[in-house]
Amino acid sequence: MPGLEDLYREIILDHYRTPRNRGDLPVPPALHAEGHNPLCGDEITVFLDVASVDGVSRVVDVKVNGQGCSISQSSASMMSQAVKGKSVAEVRALVRKFKGMMSIEDALDEPAIDVPLGDLEALQGVVKFPVRIKCATLAWNTMLQALDTPIDA
Amino acid sequence: MTVDWTAIRDDFPILKRVIDGRPLVYLDSGNTSQKPRQVIEAMDAFQRNSYAPINRSAYRLASEATDLFEGARASVARFINAPSADEIVFTKNATEALNLVASSWGGNNLRAGDAVVLTHMEHHANIVPWQMLAAAKGIEIRWVPLTDDGQLDLTNLDQLLDGAKAFSFTAMSNVLGTITPVTALSAAAHRAGAIAIVDACQYVPHNVTDVQAWDADLIAFSSHKMCGPSGIGVLWGRMELLDAIPPYIGGGNMIADVRLEGFTSAPVPAKFEAGTPAITEAVGFGAAVEYLESIGMTQVRRHEMDLTQYAIDTLTARYGDDITIHGPHNVEVRGGVLSFAFRGIHPHDISQVLDQRNVCVRAGHHCAKPLMRLLGANATARASLYLYNNQADVDALVDALDGASDIFGF
Repeated sequence: MPGLEDLYREIILDHYRTPRNRGDLPVPPALHAEGHNPLCGDEITVFLDVASVDGVSRVVDVKVNGQGCSISQSSASMMSQAVKGKSVAEVRALVRKFKGMMSIEDALDEPAIDVPLGDLEALQGVVKFPVRIKCATLAWNTMLQALDTPIDA
Repeated sequence: MTVDWTAIRDDFPILKRVIDGRPLVYLDSGNTSQKPRQVIEAMDAFQRNSYAPINRSAYRLASEATDLFEGARASVARFINAPSADEIVFTKNATEALNLVASSWGGNNLRAGDAVVLTHMEHHANIVPWQMLAAAKGIEIRWVPLTDDGQLDLTNLDQLLDGAKAFSFTAMSNVLGTITPVTALSAAAHRAGAIAIVDACQYVPHNVTDVQAWDADLIAFSSHKMCGPSGIGVLWGRMELLDAIPPYIGGGNMIADVRLEGFTSAPVPAKFEAGTPAITEAVGFGAAVEYLESIGMTQVRRHEMDLTQYAIDTLTARYGDDITIHGPHNVEVRGGVLSFAFRGIHPHDISQVLDQRNVCVRAGHHCAKPLMRLLGANATARASLYLYNNQADVDALVDALDGASDIFGF
């Protein structure tokens, strides 16, 4: 069995203890979605301010709220840091890359834009604990849902 | 009579399993129980020597299989002191039994505006079927609240039951371990003119069950939590009540006759057992209740009370205010289900760390989200005990918890 140090890396625990971009954004204008992990009861809400900057649709602000385990919370925190300021196209590419690392996206389906994972690579160890992959991806799936919300909903 | 609990433990082959050089510490029996060799062997022998369709073929092998299947029904009836084996309806599990009740009894007896009373400590299996009925028929659901120590608050029970048609409640909470006063609750329901429905899923595996003493009307429980296989459960009901309600699922075995114009139902229990049932599982279930009977449910309950007391004492002595064990602490009114919060560490993380020592506990909402909201938690960690557990299992849990502090010590 892989050791717990593969899972609970220091950077993960740091994001868990001190989550970044925590809170709400006013809806509207923010897009938002709620995600649930029915297995363990984790709940997460992702808020995204998406605006056109120089003709490019960008995530200008992001906040995350909810309760969950160290993996779901740290993944949400790291995700919020990673997507802030990125174009929507880059964010979607990042989601695919992250899911690829979690071995749940087709590896052959290379995204058109290459976005580095940076700190998010710390979550790589989660793959060795298959039950926890859903914890790590909860925020990401919820963010995708938020991105897909009709703007005037 | 004293029981050799070490010998009992030896009956469960899986408990000899070693993972990464450590023994298995199985503390998730409230979820599903492990199986003794007596059950495994009975199912194996049945599949090897006696397996055949039941209730429909004339040859000797089919007759033998039918006798073994019906023998299991008789064993289950005896185990809960049911007046007749015909009142034992085999279902897929307790969840299906409760859905059968909501659909067939509720669908036939409830009208818009009628009230059903539930409690705040129910499993989703005793909530959602009623909510589905509420959505379809506009019935009202009322909730019995809880006291601070996780027992039913019966202060206003008579008002809640006033005008209600059914009171459906758990005999033992799968989260808090609380054992409810079933006989008194059934009597209160009857005084109000309501029927009493009991989710006895957590209770029957661990206690002496006497459905006649309870005087309830319908009772649901599952085989897999009481040393039997998964895939089979029970609805027990009073014959006149089961007789009066329509079938649940239609198909073979449940009919007396089918014509182009319609069908007539078979007598109970066949009326509620459409299609080929879980035949081997029924035989295993019968072996499970015979196994439990051979030990004695009074002894099983005593063993679990002692072990629950030991667990509460040991966890509290070691961790003091750093651990909160939900539910009543008096083992007279609780079973061996210990949900706890520990040093603010998320239950999922606790379970992960415990798994490193092969300590198996449940982490999550336990299919009781309304209760979890009342506890102010999204999730709890839950250790649940059974007849095969011992003090060493509890000690392993207590020691392994320290590992969680090492990682999340903040």
